[in-house]
Amino acid sequence: MSQPSQDKSGRLLLSGNEAVALAALHCGVALGTGYPGTPSTEILEAFSALGGKAQWAPNEKVAAEVALGAAFAKARVLCTMKHVGLNVAADVLFTMTYSGVDGGYVLVVADDPGLASSQNEQDSRRYAEAAVAPMFEPADSQDAYDLLQVAFATSERWKIPVLFRMTTRVCHSKSPVTPRFASGVKPTASETGAPTTDFVRNIAGRVMVPGHAKPAHRRLRAKMAEMELWNISQGPNQIEKRSESLGIITAGICYHHIREAEPAASILKLGMTYPLPLATIRAFAATVDRCVVIEENDPWLATALRAADLRIEAKDDSIFRFGELSVDRVIRILNKDTSPEPVPPRGKPPELCKGCPHTTSFEVMKELNCIVSGDIGCYTLAALPPLATMDMMIDMGASVGMGLGLRHVLPREQAKRVVSVIGDSTFLHSGLPGLVEMAYNPPETGHVLMILDNGTTAMTGQQEHPGTGRQLDGEGTHKVSFEAMARASGIKNVFTINPVRERATLKAVLADSLQKDELTVIIARSPCILAAGRIAAWDKELKAKENADAPPETGACECGGACNS
Amino acid sequence: MTSNQVQTTNVRFAGLGGTGVIKASDIFADIVFRLNHTVKKAEVHGMSQRGGSVQSDVRFGSEVHSPMIPDGACDFLIVMEPTQIDVVRGGLREGGTLIVPADIDTTKLPSAKALNVAMLGRLSRHFDFPESAWRESLRANFPEKLHIANDAAFTLGRTP
Repeated sequence: MSQPSQDKSGRLLLSGNEAVALAALHCGVALGTGYPGTPSTEILEAFSALGGKAQWAPNEKVAAEVALGAAFAKARVLCTMKHVGLNVAADVLFTMTYSGVDGGYVLVVADDPGLASSQNEQDSRRYAEAAVAPMFEPADSQDAYDLLQVAFATSERWKIPVLFRMTTRVCHSKSPVTPRFASGVKPTASETGAPTTDFVRNIAGRVMVPGHAKPAHRRLRAKMAEMELWNISQGPNQIEKRSESLGIITAGICYHHIREAEPAASILKLGMTYPLPLATIRAFAATVDRCVVIEENDPWLATALRAADLRIEAKDDSIFRFGELSVDRVIRILNKDTSPEPVPPRGKPPELCKGCPHTTSFEVMKELNCIVSGDIGCYTLAALPPLATMDMMIDMGASVGMGLGLRHVLPREQAKRVVSVIGDSTFLHSGLPGLVEMAYNPPETGHVLMILDNGTTAMTGQQEHPGTGRQLDGEGTHKVSFEAMARASGIKNVFTINPVRERATLKAVLADSLQKDELTVIIARSPCILAAGRIAAWDKELKAKENADAPPETGACECGGACNS
Repeated sequence: MTSNQVQTTNVRFAGLGGTGVIKASDIFADIVFRLNHTVKKAEVHGMSQRGGSVQSDVRFGSEVHSPMIPDGACDFLIVMEPTQIDVVRGGLREGGTLIVPADIDTTKLPSAKALNVAMLGRLSRHFDFPESAWRESLRANFPEKLHIANDAAFTLGRTP
């Protein structure tokens, strides 16, 4: 991250993600953890660049659990993920609201209305309600900076994990921020007010067996009732009185679209959207002739307000539930204009980079007429022409399970063509249990799993992961071996092949593996061309260090002996 | 509907991933922000490194609301890649300024990579910002080894 722009009055021009990172530093956050996912990825990178302790977990569930342990120890923790990542972390979310925490726990979840880079348009506000977690929603970078501090205070006061919902436009848009501390200053613990960590035993509060969880559920609902009253009297909600003929209730980025589309409208901008300050909303609605709810994605606010018997108007969900909102779309909603919207000319779709090692792997699969059960990463672009060689992609890690399911039921000739294809980071994220399933319930025709190992989490901008041997900030750490994992799981045939340099070998091995009724894992290893320079430089540095530390070994390859070389 | 009374200048950078669109918009936003304007900047990241269409909006003035430029409201549209001109042209308001690679004598560029800097030079003609503000921001946003080439590219675009 380059130095942010600063104006003469000390304001910084920050993205929403950078503003959250700066606020985390100024709140004395002891640990930031998460899994990369657009549009949330830059938060932890920026936090690390500012001097905060930040690390990537193998997946969002683990990140949320690491954060929970830290919050049990009274620390302030930040956990970040994209909206679909919260599905992975949902298991811990739904019960950590019962147990509560002793420190401050803010979980940032970044939604992607309009699917700029996602597989769905799910709305995380549903999680706040379903898991009974308080939720804050910033509208821009200053709001993100300010609200994160309110979110930590709320978490600590009610001893509960808090959700912080951002959207693509809030995460990635830059706007001015006036920070509490001067640029470059890392405040001390006494300045941030962060508590001292400590372990205090509380078995009934943290061991969620039924006997403990039943009263915990009641405590949680009581906390929410208190929080609703607080949100009504002191919550971070803003009433702007202008026109009496039109009032708009909103949250997040839509606030700015509304200010531009209809400057005369009165606005109730909600900063805390769960539990909703219903009395505040009711009072606001009573002051205007026409009251409209403007929200992206699901009609979540509109449904809640209608259930509370408020007479409000809302967007036409047959049109405006899809995609993000904008100034133009807000004007349409207010005008009840349901005429067809202009369709922008189609731009050029993204494609695999020239020289990308994934291209060769998919060419080989195409030549062998494979049925490809795919996964999430850059390589999903192989589904598009000219390759058009991925037949399914649903969620992280699904390639393995879906491939096995196909193998179990398809006629033999078709089953023999099925290959599961997954990237390195995605494999460690949630492909591992699939690998175990493959060994545990092998299809009659066997199966072939290809791990496309390009040495980085390329899709989200080349982040480290447990298979790269480096932590978030580039520090060296233990490198997980895919080969060793495959063998330990019980896979008989394990191959490591460079798809670029050994294309013919890859094709021969894949063809042979498809013929056998056995389990095979092929690791197609060649670095991402965007990261190759950095990886090579790091490896060189590591080798130099190893050589200095210990006498050189002969014949050792980078897999740690797992490939028997 | 009442129209927006606030004077906002809308500048959109467009092109393909890897052509310097985001970098040019970052530098432009940096310049106007350092000159004490309120600035907002919006773009969609994600697959932008994979060669697909990329746009980045910079809006500035005394007050700016939405970070995204409304349809057909661009005062300036800078397109780094000729194939994208027709794709994005509709974003320009009537009487708005379109800046395209053909406006630059690319044979005189110190390197093909410096096109975005030359385009910033071309854009700079339309603003009465001090020339030093542009050049300082270019230095702050690029490694030192590119400073001489960038100065030349900026001059190429700026000089009528």
